[in-house]
Amino acid sequence: MKSLVLVEHENGDLKDATLSAVTAAAKLGEVHLLVVGDSVSGVAEAAAKIAGVGKVHVAEDAAYAHQLAENVAPVIAQLMGHHDAFVAPATTTGKNVAPRVAALLDVMQISDVIDVVDADTFVRPIYAGNAIATVKSSDAKKVLTVRGTAFEKAARDGGSGTIEAVSGSGDAGLSSFVGAEIAASERPELTSAKIIVSGGRALGSGEAFHQVIDPLADKLGAAVGASRAAVDAGYAPNDYQVGQTGKIVAPELYVAVGISGAIQHLAGMKDSKLIVAINKDEDAPIFQVADIGLVGDLFKLVPELTEKL
Amino acid sequence: MKLLVPVKRVIDYNVKPRVKADGSGVDLANVKMSMNPFDEIAVEEAIRLKEKGVATEIVVVSIGPAKAQETLRTALAMGADRAILVQTDDAVEPLAVAKILAKIAAEEQPGLVVLGKQAIDDDSNQTGQMLAALLGWAQGTFASKVEVSGDSVDVTREVDGGLETVKLKLPAIVTTDLRLNEPRYASLPNIMKAKSKPLATKSPADYGVDTTPRLTTLSVREPSKREAGVKVGSVDELIDRLRTTGVIG
Repeated sequence: MKSLVLVEHENGDLKDATLSAVTAAAKLGEVHLLVVGDSVSGVAEAAAKIAGVGKVHVAEDAAYAHQLAENVAPVIAQLMGHHDAFVAPATTTGKNVAPRVAALLDVMQISDVIDVVDADTFVRPIYAGNAIATVKSSDAKKVLTVRGTAFEKAARDGGSGTIEAVSGSGDAGLSSFVGAEIAASERPELTSAKIIVSGGRALGSGEAFHQVIDPLADKLGAAVGASRAAVDAGYAPNDYQVGQTGKIVAPELYVAVGISGAIQHLAGMKDSKLIVAINKDEDAPIFQVADIGLVGDLFKLVPELTEKL
Repeated sequence: MKLLVPVKRVIDYNVKPRVKADGSGVDLANVKMSMNPFDEIAVEEAIRLKEKGVATEIVVVSIGPAKAQETLRTALAMGADRAILVQTDDAVEPLAVAKILAKIAAEEQPGLVVLGKQAIDDDSNQTGQMLAALLGWAQGTFASKVEVSGDSVDVTREVDGGLETVKLKLPAIVTTDLRLNEPRYASLPNIMKAKSKPLATKSPADYGVDTTPRLTTLSVREPSKREAGVKVGSVDELIDRLRTTGVIG
């Protein structure tokens, strides 16, 4: 079986989400990659070095610069003539484009795959992770999005893929990119960080959120996350949100500060290796999943922890 | 401009789903059902577009069992104008839903289709994108802001790194994210009024769509449980434990 994996990249960097998708695709057989973008030869070269990859297809056009699904999906659909499965990371880019590809191919997509059983059978969470379904597809070709936290990252070197240019139809004339507000941060990215410090509604204000959470994150070299309650209250921006409707993370260490542990938050972080919870309510549900719990006033405990680390 | 708003009847978001003992699925018997929360946001956005004078008519559609009528009546009570129920007791996958919606869109000729980014039962996050592909229209997924001007719509999207704005040619598909708006509650007089708003009942066969599933669910199980760990009494004890595990130096 031959898979085509969509390479996720930004500003010339190949993102980790790609590496997990390669691991998932490798379970199906041969792995080919697709890099779509504008001036992406550097990304293609990096992609060709990923362990175990065969061909790296590269489609370059100004119309592909912002991964607009209307322009990118036809490129993928065309390449699927020679592939048996399309695999995209379950990122906002992958989730945007994959179903468009699936419909063009008349295939029922399997979203958020967390395990590959065989060429037709996949495991995925449903009901916000409250249930895990094993599904078998009868489609001749497969379209999958895969959850990065569920698969090891393939090695960034050791591969010797061959790069091959493909021509696409370019601009479909349906959509254009206007602009982006992408938060610039010195901190690691949430979905690939080894350590995450997340704040909840108990922080009480945006100011307190930064005063308490940021120094601890800086000390640990951690990414900063937030619960939906904290985001909805305006204490933290939306892209900080960890949970079923935000980002799904599984770092080595997850520190939950002032987070009660609503189902929707737990769905986004319960696969973390080590969970530490700091909360004043000893009955908070977060303690049911935490490996180490500390009950008390976060405004005292967190600065103390930051200082002593 | 006409708006088409597909809505789905799902388990209420406050109910904790229980996996059936035989592993065949999630138990929905005697469970409270409601409109999918993301679809509620879609209905609200459509109503706001009508209130702004951008839209003239809101047609809501649901594909599901007879009881999905209740979901449609809720949308009508919120402010939609008329409803279409494509009645079936079978589970209909996103691809087939998109095919039915594409046929309805061809009949109704909406300027914009607004729908939830995903349903909270199967969490597929596919229908809007698939519908856009089938119609050959532009798609603005995970919208946190929608602004229609002339023959285009600017959609601000919630993406992994922050926000991104795209301009889409109309007609287009918009899928809603959480922060787009806060849906209104239907008032009692409006609930009464909704009872007399038109609701047409159709079947998938009326649209010539084969809804045979492509996926078979082999099993559904509970997620693996995480054991609660230990509670420590002080920051020092916490740091000791962290050092022992090796995650911090």
